[in-house]
Amino acid sequence: MLETTGGYWSPIVWIVAFIVAFLMAYIMWGMGEKKHAKGEQEKPFLSGQDEPSKEAVHVRAGNIYWGFTETLSGYYDFMKKIHTGIINDYVLWLLGMAAIFFLAIVLPGVIM
Amino acid sequence: MNVDWLLTHSPALLIAIPLLAAFLTPVIDRINKKARDAFVIIVLIIAEIIMIALAWDVFTGSAHIYTMGASSPTATIPAQAAVPIRIVLEVDGMSAFMGLISTTVSLAAGFYSLAFVKKETGQGRYYALLLLMLVGMLGMEFTGDIFNLFVFLEVLSMASAALIAYRFYYGDAVEGAFKYCVVSSLGALMVLFAIGLLYGQYDLLNMAALAKVMKYTTLDRIALVLLIAAFAMKCGAVPMHMWTPDSYTVAPAPITAMLVAASQASLYALFRICFSLYGLTLDVTTVGIIIIALGLLSMFVGVTMALPQKDIKRLMSYHAVSQTGYMLLGVGVGLYLLGKPDFDTYGMAAMEGGIFHIINHALYKGLLFLTAGAIFYKVKTRNLNEMGGLAHSMKFTTIFFMIGALAIAGIPPFNGFASKLLIYESAYHVSPILSIIAMLVSIITLASFVKVFHSAFMGPPMENAEEGDVPKSMIIGMAILTVGIILFGLFPGWVVSNIVHPAAQALAAQAGYIGSVAGGA
Repeated sequence: MLETTGGYWSPIVWIVAFIVAFLMAYIMWGMGEKKHAKGEQEKPFLSGQDEPSKEAVHVRAGNIYWGFTETLSGYYDFMKKIHTGIINDYVLWLLGMAAIFFLAIVLPGVIM
Repeated sequence: MNVDWLLTHSPALLIAIPLLAAFLTPVIDRINKKARDAFVIIVLIIAEIIMIALAWDVFTGSAHIYTMGASSPTATIPAQAAVPIRIVLEVDGMSAFMGLISTTVSLAAGFYSLAFVKKETGQGRYYALLLLMLVGMLGMEFTGDIFNLFVFLEVLSMASAALIAYRFYYGDAVEGAFKYCVVSSLGALMVLFAIGLLYGQYDLLNMAALAKVMKYTTLDRIALVLLIAAFAMKCGAVPMHMWTPDSYTVAPAPITAMLVAASQASLYALFRICFSLYGLTLDVTTVGIIIIALGLLSMFVGVTMALPQKDIKRLMSYHAVSQTGYMLLGVGVGLYLLGKPDFDTYGMAAMEGGIFHIINHALYKGLLFLTAGAIFYKVKTRNLNEMGGLAHSMKFTTIFFMIGALAIAGIPPFNGFASKLLIYESAYHVSPILSIIAMLVSIITLASFVKVFHSAFMGPPMENAEEGDVPKSMIIGMAILTVGIILFGLFPGWVVSNIVHPAAQALAAQAGYIGSVAGGA
């Protein structure tokens, strides 16, 4: 058991709770209707259309979260702009950050 | 040779054994390839065993001091001198903690490499450099001498750069190595210049002795700026992270796992300098805020840049940047609260969270990079758009990936949850916005790995995919890290009490660090 500042965390208790919840869900599922027509009734209903093949509906990585990146297109455009892949820019970022640290850490000591 | 002798000399042995083995490996390679493989694995196993013994001794006892060339390893200050002159290795709780990470990841990478690089040329050099990476990491983590910190940083950087370019027939591997070389060289020069500034003022190179006389003058401040900038860049903190995806992506998968541990050695150096070298002499509020800000930026930019990636290793590389942010946030909060009344409760908990996250990250990110390598080994592409249905044939890899992905996303009961929980709760005390951003980043991390799982493992099988999983040695490499993830996830209380807390305490207690070498603060 891990004591934290606000309480505690016990993975064993969590796992036991998970197993209990799973068993309850499984029992409830087992109490459902068992009789149904095999084959036709197991297919998803797609407004009367035939179910496309699995190959045809597998969404590729490039299309996943399109909405997220499109909504944040302004942010991503800026990010792409600064991730140039050019080593000169990498060095500039390092020196730029060193300059910011200088202003924050060294300058107050010099002024005072 | 008895156990006491071994423990006494273990800090030096842990550097000397892989160092000598690195130079012997190309020689054995000339004689017999199988003997070379066996030799490297035996050396890595020996290093792991010695490291576990040393770490246990440190966690249950006190720091180990080893003075090179002295009549007694604990004779840090020669009779004719008033300050430490010789090279001193100081293995306290934090050093031992980091050493455990380095040896474990190296062992997993060693096993994994047996099959992964089997068809490549120049394997003698590959294993020699792999061992030199371990030497560099352990040297950085054990040394009590700031100039040696620079030396081992260079050993690590050179070995890493050569291994990033190992598959030089891919143009991008050479490009990634070149970028790594340039930024590492600049970072190393900044470290060297900072060391020069400190040495010029105090005539000292021993970190404990330096800490004892540190006055936080303007020159000390300039040295601190250079050290923070260099090590923050080396650990991949945003916005100095851009070399990370370029290098991690193109390195062989076991080397990428090693690079994660190597970046953490730089993170260790950053923390060691802030806490042990400067300690309360520095403006902890300003520097704490700087480290927290770097952590927040790294978390958010890393994860949002990972989400749209199509190259599996590039995606994971951005996640490595993001996870580094958690460590910076946790330890940054600890630094911010150092010396304040809340340190003992929230500051220490934040540091424990950040430090616990270092080992968790090494385990699950190392594992995820190895699974990415396993996928590349089978399908010869890193492009997620060209993958699918790999769960049909790569059952072990699929399970390992799921465990790694759930752990990095902080899903209970895996190890990532425990460390993130400590960070969320303690960072909330400084500002609720810190915890909110950290939790948001975890959600996006989960979303990102759901995408990888769906793209690579789900769906119909690939037409040109080979049957079966990867070779056994690669499975063993992944299994070593998976066992660690599960154990650390199931017993976080034991890990924090016995491993993480001594490390956090060693880092926070500057007086103890000074006292064990330089005789009292």
